[in-house]
Amino acid sequence: MTTGLGLSAAPPGERYKRLLPGAMSMRSEPVTVNVGPQHPSTHGVFRLRVTFDGEIILDVEPIFGYLHRGSEKLAEERTYTQVITLTDRLDYVASMTNNQAYVLAAEKLAGLRPPERAMYLRVIAAELQRIASHLMATGFLLNDLGAFATPLMYCFREREKILDLFEMLCGARITLSYMRVGGVFQDAPEDFWPALRKFLKEMPGYIDEYEALLVENEILVTRTRGVSVLTVDHALNASVTGPMLRASGFPWDLRVVDPYEVYDRVRFDVPVGKAGDNYDRFKIRLDEMRQSLRIVEQCVEQIEPGPVRAESPALLRPPAGDAYARIEGPKGELGFYLVSDGSIAPYRFKLRAPSFINLTVLRDLVIGWKLADMIVTLGSIDINMGEVDR
Amino acid sequence: MIRPIPGEELARRIQDACPGAVERWAGLDLWVRPERVLEVCQHLKSDSGLGFNLLNSISAVDYVEHFEVVYHLTSTSHLHSAVLKARVFGREDPTLPSVVGLWQGADYQEREIWDLMGVRFEGHPNLKRILLWEGYPGHPLRRDYLEAPR
Repeated sequence: MTTGLGLSAAPPGERYKRLLPGAMSMRSEPVTVNVGPQHPSTHGVFRLRVTFDGEIILDVEPIFGYLHRGSEKLAEERTYTQVITLTDRLDYVASMTNNQAYVLAAEKLAGLRPPERAMYLRVIAAELQRIASHLMATGFLLNDLGAFATPLMYCFREREKILDLFEMLCGARITLSYMRVGGVFQDAPEDFWPALRKFLKEMPGYIDEYEALLVENEILVTRTRGVSVLTVDHALNASVTGPMLRASGFPWDLRVVDPYEVYDRVRFDVPVGKAGDNYDRFKIRLDEMRQSLRIVEQCVEQIEPGPVRAESPALLRPPAGDAYARIEGPKGELGFYLVSDGSIAPYRFKLRAPSFINLTVLRDLVIGWKLADMIVTLGSIDINMGEVDR
Repeated sequence: MIRPIPGEELARRIQDACPGAVERWAGLDLWVRPERVLEVCQHLKSDSGLGFNLLNSISAVDYVEHFEVVYHLTSTSHLHSAVLKARVFGREDPTLPSVVGLWQGADYQEREIWDLMGVRFEGHPNLKRILLWEGYPGHPLRRDYLEAPR
């Protein structure tokens, strides 16, 4: 077999030798390159200072902070209700789960318990949000693999339907602020339920479609199988949680091990991966979407009429103390640590951002792999700079 | 179901391995002496009955007269959790031992606390600012922080 240049398909080294006599004896030095902050595959404004030997990665230093808005400081000057709007802007593709984690922490602090119906509505909203977030993660991961825009548009097609449902719930599509301390902002309107049922009926077919197109796609499998393997021990030691930890084969899901709201009343499986490579991290999100649909279906069956807000004062003044509440967010353990001094604003508002902490292992995952693999690994971690930089 | 270990019980369980490390306890919280944090964490992680293998989060709070650093820990095998706190006095150079050697997950979190709160972690291999840039004046999450004069 010969190529257009008249060269045989010999190993690359052999080819270069013939093309450039003396090329193999050239001295090479490590080169440091900035990937980002303005780069289509950095999922926001994020910089990676990478040292290469040829195409092989020798070292990586992630540099954050381009989107730092001081959310934790801002929260100290806002009331407990106003802070909800700040949480929307943390992980801005999963505002519902941010709202949920925050209101759970504030309720723990204030000793409030939301009514049953509110808890069901929150779980329905949070699971829809998980599907939307996983769709984004899957679409962008394929974008990073080189399947430019087409799979992403497929994923956005379904995400759009979820955003429409959110619009019915609260009027907003991205920065939702749907949940309140002690309940939700309002009950779902009448036409929400038929729309939700329609979505629940259609969505499994769409997931089948992704699976048919992607799961055994040869390019995807070849590019991701065995790349950037994360072991369970390493993941736990580095505080990695969420789909990333489960992809390594450890069934750790806070909805099961530490159930909050109504998760103890629904049945679902915790999908796990085997190898902990990029392929498993891609596949687990498809599996989790199916489980989220199961949860929403059961909630729709179980939900009963009733109030959606607990009796609470307009200006909440939780007693002095602290509380840490965590949920299984789409990206991992999403926790809020709140400290109250008895006033109307939190004394300290701290976010345990899953994608920020999951990034800890990025360096270990990509060293020794090539630039193109690093882009895919970054996509498989599913970071969101709003949450990383706060 | 994860069981939170009350501070009193945790104090009892670390008493033999780390005598005198505990300052006090209340509810689910346990306060330890700041200089003994690493030793206590080492025991919490390696003791087979405690086995805290997952460091959920490290938070720092500025209470003006002191800083409080809070460790939320979970054991995935025993399904229990604990809250460990350490009070650090002094505003000039508050220092705690770093736990990066035990849990890699502390790496970015300790850097973040150093950046925003100005608590230094001794023994951290790469303690530099993470969200703000090198040379930024002050640590903005401190209660007495004022914006740089215009």
